[in-house]
Amino acid sequence: MRARVLIRPKAGILDPQGQAVERALPALGFSGVSSVHVGRLVELDVEDVAQLPSMCEKLLANPLIEDFEIIEGIAAH
Amino acid sequence: MKFGVIRFPGTCDDVDAQLAAQRVGEAELLWHRDRDLKGVDAVVIPGGFSYGDYLRTGAIARFAPVMEEVIEFAHEGGIVLGICNGFQILCEAGLLPGALLVNDNLKFVFRQVTLDVVSHDTAFTRSSPAQLSIPVKHTTGRYYSPTPVQAVLKYAAGQNPNGSQDDIAGVVNEAGNVFGLMPHPEHAVDALTGSTDGLTIFDSIRATLESRVVPA
Repeated sequence: MRARVLIRPKAGILDPQGQAVERALPALGFSGVSSVHVGRLVELDVEDVAQLPSMCEKLLANPLIEDFEIIEGIAAH
Repeated sequence: MKFGVIRFPGTCDDVDAQLAAQRVGEAELLWHRDRDLKGVDAVVIPGGFSYGDYLRTGAIARFAPVMEEVIEFAHEGGIVLGICNGFQILCEAGLLPGALLVNDNLKFVFRQVTLDVVSHDTAFTRSSPAQLSIPVKHTTGRYYSPTPVQAVLKYAAGQNPNGSQDDIAGVVNEAGNVFGLMPHPEHAVDALTGSTDGLTIFDSIRATLESRVVPA
């Protein structure tokens, strides 16, 4: 099954990448944008989706600083 | 007394670390695929970009075969020093608390910094003066820990180059045998480059190990 893992900086931890993007958008004429956060996206084919949470905790994310969200059954690449 | 300096693909400060360690003892390079620390008395994980720093800094290096040995060595009380990328790897491996995040200014910082030695009662700073002048060079050096830690080095007032929590530049584990720091002591061992303060870190390790040896 193809799955997608979304990895985000944990709430409360300074996210300078999100802040930089948030500052850049008004400079391009896009207004009304706030709370921008930048994370990572991992897509993978996996035989046993039950292993995904463990994969995330051990390698794909660092649970100390990042939250992850698993989306199962996305369309093939 | 022998230091082992680990070389991963992407490590770049291994030879400087080896040369620095050789000023106080013997030092040899250890390969990331080896499950053998070759009987060294202390392990140095040097700076660089192990495994390209893909995914997160240190995230993949932490699972290298040699790291299983390092983790066991550390759990047995062995002295482990992680510099920059080595610090990131030790945090990922759970040998040190916390994590390193991208600098608050998103920039690569490369400058000489002054560090306050917060504690001299450690295996890594017992020979150090009150302050050290050592260079930093990193993009991912903002230390963060949700729990209290034993800071050993702090950036002096106004010198924090990356937004680290509480100006923390280096931390030691609870047992006191694993130390990680973002600044590069191995680049401050020769007066030719402006400071020899980094040598005191290596010399502290030497003194610690020699004090452990029971005379025959």
